[in-house]
Amino acid sequence: MSSLTSNLLKHADTPTGREEAWRFTPLKRLAGLHDRETDVVDQPSLFQKSGDQAGFSLKLVAADSVPPISTTDDVIVERIRESVARVTLLEINRNSEVSQPITFNRKNSIDKELSRTVIRAGANSKATVIIENTGGSLIGEEIEIILDSGATLNFVTLQEWENTTVHLARHHAIVGRDATFNSITVSVGGSVVRILPTVEYTGPGASAELLGVYFATDGQHLEHRIHVDHGVPHAKSRVNYKGALAGNQARSVWIGDVFIRAIAEGTDTYELNRNLLLTDGARADSVPNLEIETGEIIGAGHASTTGRFDDEQLFYLMSRGIASEEARRLVIRGFFSEIIGKIGDEIIEERLMSRIDNDLAKVGA
Amino acid sequence: MSSLVIKNLRVGVETDSGLTEILKGVDLTVNSGETHAIMGPNGSGKSTLAYSIAGHPKYTIMGGTVTLDGVDVLEMSVDERAKAGLFLAMQYPVEVPGVSVSNFLRTAATALRGEAPKIRTWVGEVKAAMTKLNMDPAFSERSVNEGFSGGEKKRHEILQLELLKPKIAILDETDSGLDVDALRIVSEGVNRVKAESNIGVLLITHYTRILRYIKPDFVHVFANGHIVEEGGAELADKLEENGYAEYIKS
Repeated sequence: MSSLTSNLLKHADTPTGREEAWRFTPLKRLAGLHDRETDVVDQPSLFQKSGDQAGFSLKLVAADSVPPISTTDDVIVERIRESVARVTLLEINRNSEVSQPITFNRKNSIDKELSRTVIRAGANSKATVIIENTGGSLIGEEIEIILDSGATLNFVTLQEWENTTVHLARHHAIVGRDATFNSITVSVGGSVVRILPTVEYTGPGASAELLGVYFATDGQHLEHRIHVDHGVPHAKSRVNYKGALAGNQARSVWIGDVFIRAIAEGTDTYELNRNLLLTDGARADSVPNLEIETGEIIGAGHASTTGRFDDEQLFYLMSRGIASEEARRLVIRGFFSEIIGKIGDEIIEERLMSRIDNDLAKVGA
Repeated sequence: MSSLVIKNLRVGVETDSGLTEILKGVDLTVNSGETHAIMGPNGSGKSTLAYSIAGHPKYTIMGGTVTLDGVDVLEMSVDERAKAGLFLAMQYPVEVPGVSVSNFLRTAATALRGEAPKIRTWVGEVKAAMTKLNMDPAFSERSVNEGFSGGEKKRHEILQLELLKPKIAILDETDSGLDVDALRIVSEGVNRVKAESNIGVLLITHYTRILRYIKPDFVHVFANGHIVEEGGAELADKLEENGYAEYIKS
């Protein structure tokens, strides 16, 4: 189907910035990744770092053998599908429980690159996949994640890039009957990070939890565009993204689109985005969208808050002798710990918290 | 021996109609080992006094002085006041999500003692103090004040008092929202700290019932932003009988 549709569908034009999907993104800073005139290389850069064990297989395969399952109108994803010849394929065997996290990191190339990854969690499997993105890169990335019935997949992506990186990505989960997709997206590094964490369901009883944390300092643009498509009855989604911004031209964009189709009776969804503005000169956009075609649902809600630092918390901590900078650090760590604490790996959690501490100290927030 | 000396303290808050004076000249001295009760009707400025001494940014000092052992308190930042030996047990302790009680207590103790307490003795110290206040050890893994009941919040304040050992403690309506058992436990905690480290206590309250457990040496009646009458413990009995009616007219 996909080879047909890619021939039939008109190519998405190079975005101009007037499109709804691109109006927040600084196109000039994308190094041409979005522009078909710019050359890119097909060079798989994702490698397994640790977690060798039974229960899964990892291969580099020809793109023809794993055609895309989901449709998209995203120009980056289209370019990736057109140009990438080799795909990283991770398959979790059905019925197997992979006890240690399967961890990947990137070998950075100096070229602009496009990367496609497919993760398939077999029926009733259980696994955790962690992707650590570090270094300097200019990368367009598509990850499709297919959960067969009854599978549970914990999916963690860590954007710990250097602050020169441009990272444009779509992480799309296709969640099957009674399957559970738990994701945590952490974006603390990069010049421009634009991730589309998207979900569709293929069977009732499916559940997706999309958690995220971002911390933007001087000049960073961190954008997360969530889309959850409830196209089956009795599926559940929870979205919770927390962001903090500090420093001049620190910028975040959070879009939370949840679509409940007429057929999706019994849907249970809630999405939440909280932003903390730590200094002047930072800007957070937060746009939750809920579109509902049926009233026969369990629940649908959203909340979005953007606020300044809570002076009462600061006063309380300082009244116990804790100095102002230390008090702020505690409050910020506390704010993020609700989500970072769920990664379940103390080394990673502390590494992220230290980076946030350091960034905070650098901007003097 | 320490002395907190407040002289002609005048404090205001910014309102829509400009700076409004709330404390209209307060004079008070609290020495080590003494317990002073400040009693007064709602809205008389009692809590403003407590928060001004602790340095809450909401309040503007309009005049007067506050010194601790001769050193100007009003010039100090909030954390410096705590380091100088002042402690405020708050009426409404603030929730700090994601920061555990144990992390908070250890960070505060480190700040006040100038070095991190030795982990082994510290754990024992915290545990012992919690046991005395009838607190579940699991409490220390919860986020500071988040989801605490009224009684738990107040016990947590007194736990800090026990561990941080200030020179002068200000207890702002510590009795509010406590049932009889919790009031007794919290009061015993205050009395214990007093007996152990001879701290001075400034007890702010609306009701006399806490004074059955914590005996004041001095009682000050507070109304309309200043002290209107002073006496010994017997003054509290008079208030119990007659209320504040005679002080409110003005």
